[in-house]
Amino acid sequence: MASPSSPPVVTRGLTKRFRGGQVAVDAVDLEVPAGSVFGFLGPNGSGKTTTIRMMLGLISPTAGSVELLGESMPKAQLRVLPRVGALVEGPAFYPFWTGQANLLRFDAADRTADPRTRKARAGQALERVGLSNAANKKVRAYSLGMRQRLAIAVALMQRRELLVLDEPTNGLDPQGTREVRHLIQELASDGTTIFTSTHLLAEVEQVCTHAAVMSRGRLVRQSTVAELRSELRPRLVVRTPDVGQAAETLKSLGVTDLKTTAETVEGDAGELPIDKFAAALVAADVRIHGFGLERPSLEDAFVALTGEGFDVAE
Amino acid sequence: MSPSELSPSELSPSELSQVRPSAGRHTLALFKSELHLVFGRARTWVLLAVLAAVPVMIGVAIRLSGSEGDAEGFLGQVAGNGLFLIVASLAISLPFFLPTAVTVVSGESLAGESSLGTFRNLLTAPAGRSRLLAAKMVALAVFCLAATMVIWLSGLIAGVALFPVGDVLLLSGTTVSLADGLVRALGIAVLIALSMLGLAGIGLFVSSLTSTPLAAMAATFGAFIVSGILGAIPQIDVIHPWLLIYGWPSFADLLRDPPYWDAIGRNLLLQGAYLAVFYAAAWARITSRDING
Repeated sequence: MASPSSPPVVTRGLTKRFRGGQVAVDAVDLEVPAGSVFGFLGPNGSGKTTTIRMMLGLISPTAGSVELLGESMPKAQLRVLPRVGALVEGPAFYPFWTGQANLLRFDAADRTADPRTRKARAGQALERVGLSNAANKKVRAYSLGMRQRLAIAVALMQRRELLVLDEPTNGLDPQGTREVRHLIQELASDGTTIFTSTHLLAEVEQVCTHAAVMSRGRLVRQSTVAELRSELRPRLVVRTPDVGQAAETLKSLGVTDLKTTAETVEGDAGELPIDKFAAALVAADVRIHGFGLERPSLEDAFVALTGEGFDVAE
Repeated sequence: MSPSELSPSELSPSELSQVRPSAGRHTLALFKSELHLVFGRARTWVLLAVLAAVPVMIGVAIRLSGSEGDAEGFLGQVAGNGLFLIVASLAISLPFFLPTAVTVVSGESLAGESSLGTFRNLLTAPAGRSRLLAAKMVALAVFCLAATMVIWLSGLIAGVALFPVGDVLLLSGTTVSLADGLVRALGIAVLIALSMLGLAGIGLFVSSLTSTPLAAMAATFGAFIVSGILGAIPQIDVIHPWLLIYGWPSFADLLRDPPYWDAIGRNLLLQGAYLAVFYAAAWARITSRDING
């Protein structure tokens, strides 16, 4: 068993090449600190789910290794996975069974799960995700959001040391998303390490302590969220119809990394005294509609890292 | 989910976080769950109901026609002794109804989990791939037995209700008591259930190859049909003893005094061999396969 401070997830050179040669995951080195809420980011098709499948032993890596809770996967999966709650690529259930019956089935598959407490634990898990009233309804009649909650309930049937949640808020309405966020925060405060893939950056900013960004199968960044955010330097943004003139003036004042659109000019003002810039722009006959510093969002950082927007299709 | 709703109602968090019992203590839970999955489905009960209807249909038909002794074989003896309804029904279900039912359930077994995506939930539970396969096979075997037992029971009830019953005249010419006859009929039901295991093994293997249950069922049934066609071509009679269905009629040897065990034993060995080969192939497939579904 790993000591409490050793990282619950470590991958080394993790690579998956599918038949046909397509490299879905390319030499990924992840290290998820104990007790963290780790946001695993990336556009669709960037290799997040494939990485998660390898972490959980569902598919075998072409190269590289995975350590889960200090033990080597997939060799130790029967020992390790009972301590890991997982939700992989959307909810999957027996539609002809009730939500509760589905929970009992997956719990019975874990031979370390106590049959005597099974029903009570299922009841609690359903309550935690707000499905108590639908416990005896067939899953066929569940909405996507309800199925998503049920999938989270599967992961909550036991007390886990690590939760691996692949897009946990997929299909949920804003209220449901908020509830899942609270649930994650609550579980994290109990000391559970949470590894969650997502494409919602707002989620990362609100709940995650750490983040990693995948792009085209490669890990392009891994750090604390605070660090990521601090690197995002505020940018000077001028809204004006006279973009050409404004850009020239700002350039002469020493602003670097200038970018212009039809109505804005923005750039990196560094430590320059920007309070003098407005006057300089006015003196250069630039009409100013707006002027100020803007802190880029995590989304901007993401686009800068991956070179693409978030909801890019495969 | 307000904070009050989140507080556990039945178990305290400390009870939940108790040290888990050692691995292996609840190994059988998955096997029970697997039986629940097979027998908790409406489809399974439809299949069993169809099988239960076979003796009733045959019995009613013979009773209504009123003819006695015209028909050959077991059917011809039903009107004289209702006990033969059990044997006649099993014999009539053997070439088509039973293989169809076994094909449906075995084709569904692994491909059904793949198509629903529940495979990944089971494996991350973790069920263990070898144990999951074993649980699937055990549930299949139980289904085969349930299928023939349903015919046995339905045949007994319909036979007693529609016809006179009494001592049983065996194929070897000797007569045995009603109780002896019932036990022999039960033995035939068990033998026929065991005769289905080879086909069940093929179905399990085919089911491990695909995530489309219908394709698995079709392919399994195809293998069964091919076996029948090959068995009907006299030019290749050297391979006939090795065909899946070759030994199926051997059940009738239980109706001799003493029973002929040769053909029965050969059939059981052959079924065991088919099962071993295809179970091993399914195991090799399932333990190495990437679960992408």
